Amino acid sequence: MSLTTAHSVIEPTRTSKRIAGAIVVAYALISMVPLFWIFATSFKTPPDSISYPPKVIFQPSLEGYCNLFTTRTRQTREYVDALGPATTLCDEITRRRNMVIAGPSNYWPRFINSLVIAFGSTFLAVSLGTLAAYGFSRFKVPLADDLLFFILSTRMMPPIAVAIPIYLMYRELGLSDSALGMILLYTAVNVSLAVWLLKGFIDEIPREYEEAAMIDGYTRLRAFWKVVLPQATTGIAATAIFCLIFAWNEYAFAVILTSGSAQTSPPFIPTIIGEGGLDWPAVASGTTIFLVPILVFTILLRKQLLRGITFGAVRK
Amino acid sequence: MLKTPRRLAKKVEGLSDRAVAWLFIAPTMALLLAINIFPLFWAIGLSFTNYRANRPNEAIANVGLRNYERILTDPDIWIAMQTTANFVFWTIALQTVIGFGLAFLIDRKFRGHAFWTTIILVPMMLSPAVVGNFWRFLYQPQIGLFNYIVSFFTGIPPSSFEMLGSVQLAPWAIIIVDTWMWTPYVMLICLAGLRSIPDYIYEAAEVDRASPWRQFWSITLPMALPFIMLAVLFRGIENFKMFDMVNLLTGGGPGSTTEVASITLKREAFEKWRTGYSSAFAIILFVAVFGLANIYVKALNRVKQR
Repeated sequence: MSLTTAHSVIEPTRTSKRIAGAIVVAYALISMVPLFWIFATSFKTPPDSISYPPKVIFQPSLEGYCNLFTTRTRQTREYVDALGPATTLCDEITRRRNMVIAGPSNYWPRFINSLVIAFGSTFLAVSLGTLAAYGFSRFKVPLADDLLFFILSTRMMPPIAVAIPIYLMYRELGLSDSALGMILLYTAVNVSLAVWLLKGFIDEIPREYEEAAMIDGYTRLRAFWKVVLPQATTGIAATAIFCLIFAWNEYAFAVILTSGSAQTSPPFIPTIIGEGGLDWPAVASGTTIFLVPILVFTILLRKQLLRGITFGAVRK
Repeated sequence: MLKTPRRLAKKVEGLSDRAVAWLFIAPTMALLLAINIFPLFWAIGLSFTNYRANRPNEAIANVGLRNYERILTDPDIWIAMQTTANFVFWTIALQTVIGFGLAFLIDRKFRGHAFWTTIILVPMMLSPAVVGNFWRFLYQPQIGLFNYIVSFFTGIPPSSFEMLGSVQLAPWAIIIVDTWMWTPYVMLICLAGLRSIPDYIYEAAEVDRASPWRQFWSITLPMALPFIMLAVLFRGIENFKMFDMVNLLTGGGPGSTTEVASITLKREAFEKWRTGYSSAFAIILFVAVFGLANIYVKALNRVKQR
């Protein structure tokens, strides 16, 4: 580390900039290696994926993606040869391994569960959070600081500790392994983030805007709807993306509380198993598809990230 | 479209500010009461019993404080707490040093620093479970990329060490993945700290001919410290509850060398089904996190006031 060139108004010298840049770029590239490897492995054949030394250059194949979306049964060569011509690319790839496609895998249903639960809980959390944030921002609420602390502290609980009573409660209410149960749970976890973040965003909207509207005859609710909400759009969008990412990535609650019809992708992906141990290209394909939306959102969100991860405490 | 009856609309629209405030805050509070507080009290109730969730029809006996007593005197629990503490200490130490170092370098504002900052931030946005699961592949003894790279640089044969299977290496395997994933988090907060230092302070130091070394120790570090503390506290709480990555990488093994508190809790609650006992353990963890959260919020407010 070039401590000798500590921050100063005198522009950092050219050499110090170059050295700093080189180290940072090196770190960035090294930290990308695991992600590159996930992407590369998803296009390998199973034998290529476990070859030694690891293959960086290889013949790309869609076998991982085919295996991800299908279940297959092993057949004799004669049986496979006797079948009619292969209809799809995946058919062809599978037959080369003396297997035939038996049906679709559970990947899409789990992916769709993830989408439904993530979007459902985000919608609820942001709606509730916007209202509560406005309440805390504009009105004198008794014990406001204590309530806000209580709201935040609910997010700090160890998920497994929360999961024990939730598991029992959902069993009584018939919400075990249901999308509704997961949506409610993720809403409760995300609403704390939503309130804190949105309070920050709404605090930044000058009160004068609403007051002017109210002098013009708007009621408080109309002023909220017509004046504050449009001003808070960016903040609401950023908050929504944070909630979405949390719900999308969440594993601990999902693995304990869902097992079948409401299972989301994170507990499902580690269970993708091929013949003779793990089918790593299929796991990598599933991981790649799962990660792409997050990569897009991270880039969209890069200016707001700091705010999001600190519950709105650090703004710049 | 449904239209609200006029009279009702008027009634709602004309609400007093006080009523609006409660109307807006109540739904959130109701949800948190139902999903967080009610279950919490249920857990407290269960923690005084010998209830087992897999035998719901068995009679429940009140055991008083026995569960708490047994947890606090159980050497296995203390080993799990020790494992958690080790994990928290090493991940925070590494992430703070590397994260602050990176932030310091990025603050040199070399060409393209914004782009590379975004690249560095990517790992922390990903799902620890899904990515952690893939690290199992990187850590495979013969075929894994991690072992290959280590052997490439050190000459140690790649099949001679098992990152996830060896008692000595498994804790480090988890620390490495956690550090890879969360160093960007610490970096981002430290960067905000460094950028919050006004230039005129450095100008004054320059006028006083303070050496760059001196400037670092008496301006940069102290002024960035609240931000570093914030990052440390947040990572501390997060890693205290660590579950997903450990569950997927080692499941607490080999043996129980990487069994952090959340893994113990999961084993007690959902494998051995000792619901009463594990509820008591959950309450103890709650109290610990609540204490940490208290400190955390105070730190947050201090940073905010700057």
